[in-house]
Amino acid sequence: MRPDAAAALSAAGRFARRPGLWLFLLLVAAIFLMPSAGILFHALFPDDRHLIYSRATFLELTLAHCQLVALSSLAAAAAGIGLGVFATRESGREFAPVVRAMAAIGQTFPPVAVLALAIPALGYGAPPALAALALYAALPVLEGSITGLDGVPASARDAARGIGFSPFELLWRIELPLAAPFILAGLRTAVIINIGTATIASSAGALSLGSPILEGLSAANPAYVVEGGIIAALLAICVDRGFDWLSELLKQK
Amino acid sequence: MAAGVLFPKPHDQVLLALAGFGAAGILAGSFLNRAPNRLANGVATALWHAPPLEAGAAMAGLAALAALAFHPKDKPRSAMTFGAAMLILWGCLSGAGRLASLFALSDPSAARYSLGAAFWILMATALLALLDAAQRANLGLLARAGLIAALGAGFALTANSGAFADLSLAKEFASHRDIFFIELRRHIVLVASAVFFALAISAPLTALVLRRPSARGLVFSGLGILQTIPSIALFGLLMAPLTALSQQFPLLRAWGINGAGAAPAIIALTLYSLLPLTRGFFTGVSEVAADVKDAAAGMGFSARQTFLLVELPLAWPALVSGLRVVTIQAIGLAAVAALIGAGGLGAFVFQGIGQYALDLVLVGAIPIILQALAASFGFQMLLAARRGS
Repeated sequence: MRPDAAAALSAAGRFARRPGLWLFLLLVAAIFLMPSAGILFHALFPDDRHLIYSRATFLELTLAHCQLVALSSLAAAAAGIGLGVFATRESGREFAPVVRAMAAIGQTFPPVAVLALAIPALGYGAPPALAALALYAALPVLEGSITGLDGVPASARDAARGIGFSPFELLWRIELPLAAPFILAGLRTAVIINIGTATIASSAGALSLGSPILEGLSAANPAYVVEGGIIAALLAICVDRGFDWLSELLKQK
Repeated sequence: MAAGVLFPKPHDQVLLALAGFGAAGILAGSFLNRAPNRLANGVATALWHAPPLEAGAAMAGLAALAALAFHPKDKPRSAMTFGAAMLILWGCLSGAGRLASLFALSDPSAARYSLGAAFWILMATALLALLDAAQRANLGLLARAGLIAALGAGFALTANSGAFADLSLAKEFASHRDIFFIELRRHIVLVASAVFFALAISAPLTALVLRRPSARGLVFSGLGILQTIPSIALFGLLMAPLTALSQQFPLLRAWGINGAGAAPAIIALTLYSLLPLTRGFFTGVSEVAADVKDAAAGMGFSARQTFLLVELPLAWPALVSGLRVVTIQAIGLAAVAALIGAGGLGAFVFQGIGQYALDLVLVGAIPIILQALAASFGFQMLLAARRGS
């Protein structure tokens, strides 16, 4: 065999051995093939008439779910990293203990309770869900940012200042890259929690993968529950794998 | 220097920021919403419409916070911050209660008074000021526990005297009083049984992982995958197989195990608890230094004695923090279990969301949060007590 063909083959082999890839393909297959799985559900749940959730396609549900999670996580990342940077600067040092305590205490609040509190304050639908998810998700990011930025060795800071870095360059080129693994870990926790909470947000009127689950539960139709549950579980597992891959990339750099 | 004279530099910027936050809350938000019935939208009422004594106390407390920011000495500032925060808390609580009672004199009995954004912002301001003062005064856990107990007792006494009886939150609580304690007990039973089963499973799992390093990757990645699955999805996915099982085996049905209710909830909560517990045990025990174990063996300890007398005590902190994480997590997830008919405080939350009865949501959500905070604090006390002895 020619060496480049062998290399390509072994690369393909490595590619195929990534469980994340297979899980992702499984997710895509579940999203698109679920409507044709009627026979399977008929075999599993013989007495129900309407077995495939049809208020929205599974693609629409997945995209709405991802949108909810992505927007809230982006806002949370901006707020969490921003506040973390502020609390580790000279001017914000004084706020560090109270911000840290807030992040720790806030994370003991169950995400469902935060979602529930957002409804009286902001009403029904996607916006309150978005706000609750963002608010909650900011806390682990904030904690990761403070831990990461505080852990930057003084020698690295001094060296950067020594070669004439401005405070912004110091932050952007030294401190943030060194803190990145901790920030990423916080973001990962945040996103995984958000995927779970977004499922529950459908009880407050936001469209998500929780919509078929909740409708199945209230109408005693287990097929809907299984359909939504499988896709939601696969989505969460795939995203978690994605973060695994990202943190490996970060380590290699 | 001139600028410094015109606007002196604050000694505590946190207090100044909090005072600003509270003031913005008063100006922007409604203190109490007055609605003709349980479902209608309310009309906003601002804080200054509350009885002057209470409104004055809350505003004076806020002004005091702003002024205290410029106090140069840490200790007296912390003490006075504590007083100012108490003034705000009392003004808000009593003010809301008395304002509702005043409205109730002239309104029909169906009228409802719910707490508005300004109320919650002021409460948050006062509690954060307390937290900041406690941090700065380096208050120990025991002193904090005393402070919390005093606050709780004060609140309970005031609530018992009927001061809040006309608020819709209190009315909602009163009309669900009997079920409330049943659901509260159910919630605690769900959490306690899940933690119990998780302990029983993760102990042998830890032993396995410690003995067979080759199983480590498989166990931890498997439990990690379980951990990422959204709670309601896992509940739902457990229902179908459990239903099938209980239809096959009448004995299971006789024990009350079927697709809906407590059984899938406890199984799911147990599964979620396995990773943090096993990881906590594992890191705890495996971080006991080898020379300590050697020393124990040198003193003639058997493997069992080494485990019980040396490894376990040294692994205690990691064990307790694992338990803390798991308990807090289970308290939150048990709320979701109400959706599959397992009951618990989540029942009020989802019932309230469904009926648009937002105060009913709070009847469920506030005790859930308090439970989580209490569990967190309790485990911290446990860790500290151990360290102290």
